[in-house]
This record gives sequence, structure tokens and C-alpha cells, in this order.
Amino acid sequence: MDDLETVPDFGLDWLDGAGPDADVVLSTRVRLARNLAGRPYVSRARREDREAVLAAVSRLVRRDSLPREASLVSMERIGARARRIFLERRLVSKELLGEDRTEPPAGAAVAVSSVDPVSVMVNEEDHLRIQCLVSGLRFADAWELVDELDDEIGERVAMAYHHEFGYLTACPTNAGTGLRGSALVHLPGLVLTREFKKVLRGIAHVGLTFRGLHGEGSRVAGNFFQVSNQTTLGKSEPDLLDHLGRVVETVIRKERKAREVLVRDASTVTEDKVWRAYGILRHARALTYEELVNLVSGVRLGVALKLLPVPPVYTLNRLMIFSQKAHLEQAAGRELSTPERHAHRAEYVRRALDSEGALGGRDGGTSGCGP
Amino acid sequence: MEKGCSRVSEPAKICDGENCESPAVVYVKQIVGGKASDYCYCRACAEKKGISTGASQEFEAPASAAPLEDEIRVSAATCPPGPCSFCRLTWDAFKQSGRLGCPECYAAFEPNLRSLLRRVHGAALHAGKVYLPPDPAGVDIDRRIGTLRRRLRRAVEAEDFETAAQLRDRILEMEPAE
Repeated sequence: MDDLETVPDFGLDWLDGAGPDADVVLSTRVRLARNLAGRPYVSRARREDREAVLAAVSRLVRRDSLPREASLVSMERIGARARRIFLERRLVSKELLGEDRTEPPAGAAVAVSSVDPVSVMVNEEDHLRIQCLVSGLRFADAWELVDELDDEIGERVAMAYHHEFGYLTACPTNAGTGLRGSALVHLPGLVLTREFKKVLRGIAHVGLTFRGLHGEGSRVAGNFFQVSNQTTLGKSEPDLLDHLGRVVETVIRKERKAREVLVRDASTVTEDKVWRAYGILRHARALTYEELVNLVSGVRLGVALKLLPVPPVYTLNRLMIFSQKAHLEQAAGRELSTPERHAHRAEYVRRALDSEGALGGRDGGTSGCGP
Repeated sequence: MEKGCSRVSEPAKICDGENCESPAVVYVKQIVGGKASDYCYCRACAEKKGISTGASQEFEAPASAAPLEDEIRVSAATCPPGPCSFCRLTWDAFKQSGRLGCPECYAAFEPNLRSLLRRVHGAALHAGKVYLPPDPAGVDIDRRIGTLRRRLRRAVEAEDFETAAQLRDRILEMEPAE
């Protein structure tokens, strides 16, 4: 079993902002829920059942290199801060870490590839959650990677499958394909033009669902939304993802149109908003995470509209991940009180933006480079 | 004449439209002179007849858009079968948690789950990947070669030539001699 130190700069490929439509779509995720045949689901599993599932995954990692060049990290064997780092990087869910996140359930683990953007959560609600996380809107690419890994795993470990109901999952809402696709989208244009409620209603109406930045039950912050499929049975995986992808493309078109309206009809207000956001980020001495997300949203809009020449999307994505609680504490090497955390966050942001060069006006910036 | 229209969550019926065999997604109860008649239509036929389907003009709707967790509670409330023989989960416990206990629960609660799945997903028949269990004896050579070829393609794309060479050798070993 590995610990955090042995895992490379894991799970962060999607931050590069290099995928298609990255001005609106931060990341695409595809995950498959799978359960081993003949074992109770995690909610009714005894410790030995959970450990047997973990042992099966350990064999896959060690003997079969599945996922490729992966590290397998047991949530029980790492500290609370390290567990939270996995959560902040969207590689594990709150459910995997247990209700109060102080004592993870037996056998809870994650296998993370160091070469592919894939990972496998072990002993979450289902025995396995195979996921791929890539930048931009790339459902087909993400599906191909997940599908291949699923085939490889399924050839070595017998899965719970029913000829009529498909892959059997703990929650019937996941049965069939076990597939959940989601795109993390940034919709400031639709929010500012007050069109977003209509669009979100449209998304809900066609059987898709939207959530906040951090998944189920999380608040919508910074105009970031996750759009996902809701049904998993009765359609093939490519059909489900194709439908989801087409809806997200429609949302992208509407968002871009809304941004055009902002520039055309409210250019001063919009320009003021993005420069204020940049100014506060650049000079603040204390920031809450929610404030940071809202400000990053403004700056991201400014960069997309070319009102701000820097920072690049990569830097903005990194700010959102690395200025979270556990990441800041990891960098500080100790626990931080709430006021200290706010100060460390502001300092981290200032340093990150300093490396991109100070901006004095629309033409005052330097070309951006990663921190 | 009164006309009531609602989306159905069990599109098992065929459209009543003329010469149409599409699955019905709109259910209409028509009351004429105190006599009620039921019809069901696909979206296209419903719209031809001037029945509002509630479909968005901008997004294409799938078969079901039911709020899933609510559906579990509503459906579960009407089903009282015995416990699962493998994990001993009762239907009541499922109603509380919304989570099944093991793969055998699907057999134990099959009729109720089929109905629940239809309501939740608009379908109860899997149409995705067909799972083939492990084949340790290597009987299904074609399948194994197919998987290896896909891995080879990806290794070449990733310029991981060492892995590609290993995969190529394994494929050559497995392929029948000409």
C-alpha cells in the first residue's frame, strides 16, 4: 500500500485547461459503478468482505498493472489531512471518507494511475467506482479510457451482473450501465444575464441533473455547475454520454452568447467586475474559499473575454484546488486556524498571480506562464 | 370534452398513432360525454395531435426525468416482499436507506425492482455493455486478442513503445498460425 508521498502529482491532468471548450467546461468526468459478484455491498459488508474487495484491487494494481502504473492508497493508513487532499482533488468522495471524515470505513482506498487520468475508488457505496477525469469537454475520450479499464478489470474479477438489469449496484438509480458522466461548467454569462435558471430548468427537464462545484448536496458557488446524467438503464453508454454531451454543447453555446451580450450591452459593468475581482485577488490579505471561488469566476470570465490578458486558465484552476484547506495546511506543514487559513490563502493567491506578472491595464500584462 | 395529459414513466406501450410503432411517452385520458378512454402516443404523434408534451424546444428529452430518490420512496411504499436470502435485507430497510444489500437483492425483490427501475429510468432492460465474466481457461481467444489490440493501439498513441512491443508479442503468441 502506498502513502501520499509516493503518489506523484496525481489526478491533476485536468487542470491544464487544454481540452476543447475549456473556456466554459473545466473538466469532464465519467465513472462506472461496479460490484464484485458474491459479496454484499459496502453498506452491509463485514470488515472481511471489504478487505477481500481491497485485496482483489491490490492484486490488480500489483500483478496486472491496473490501472497503469497506479498507486493504491488506503484511506485508513493515511492521516486526515492527506485524506482531505484526495477529496479536494476530486479523486475520492465524501462517502468514501465516512460520515465525519475522522475514521474512514474499513477497506476504503483509491488506486490512482500516474500515467492515465483514471482512478478507482474502493469500498465506496459500490465496491468499485472506476473514473476518468479530463480537461474540457471530452466525453468520448473519457469513456474510452474508463471502458478499457473496466474491460480489463472485468476479465480478472467476476462482477455482479444480471442479463436484464445489467451491472448491479447498491442504489438502483445506478443500475444497468452504472455510468455517470458529468461536465463541470462555468456559466457566469448566463448568471449575469439572468438566463441560468431557464437553462438549468431545461437541463432538469431532459432528465439530466446539475449540482454545485463539489458534487451532490454542495452549494453552487462561483457560477460553477456540474451537469450529469441521471438515468443509467435502458440506453447504451455511448448513447447516454452522447445525449449529455449534446446538452452540454447547447449550454456552451448559450453561455457564449450570454457573454457576447455582456460585452455588447454592459461592457463597462463587465469590465469593472472582472478587474475588481482581479484586484481583490491580487491584493487581498485574507480570503475565504467561497470568496476566492467567486473572484476566480470573475477573473476567468475576464480572461475568456480577453478583458484580462493573464492569468492563464491553468493558474486559475490550480488556485481553486491548491487554496483549499488541506492543501494550504500541507504547504504550511501544520494545522491552520481559520484566520490563519484565510491569510495563507490570500498569500498563496498573491504569489501565484505575481508569477504571472502584474497588470496595470488592458495592455499592461505579460504573457502568462504556469507557476 | 376534457383532456388530461401527463408524461408516463413506464414507456412500455406502443404509440396509438396511425401506423406508428414508436414507444409511447405521452398518456392521455379523454372524457367524452362522461365516458373515459385512454390513449398513449409517442412524442411526434402527440405533437401532431396538438397535445403539449412539455418537451423543451432546446433540449432533447430522454424517456424519463423523474426525481430518482423520490421515486424510490414512492414505489417502495407499495412493495412488501420477504428478506433477501443472502444478505437478509428487508424491503422495509431498503425503503429507509434506498440502498440494496447485495447483488442477490435484485433476485429477491425482482418484480418490485423491475417496476421501480421502470419508474426511475423509464426502462428496466439493460442496453449497455454486455459483461463477459473472467475466462481463466482462455477459451474466448478472440475476446482476449480484441482487448490486447485496443491496449496496443493506446500504447502506440501514447508512444509507449516498450508496452506496445510486449502487447504485440502477446497478440502474436495468441493468434492462430496461418
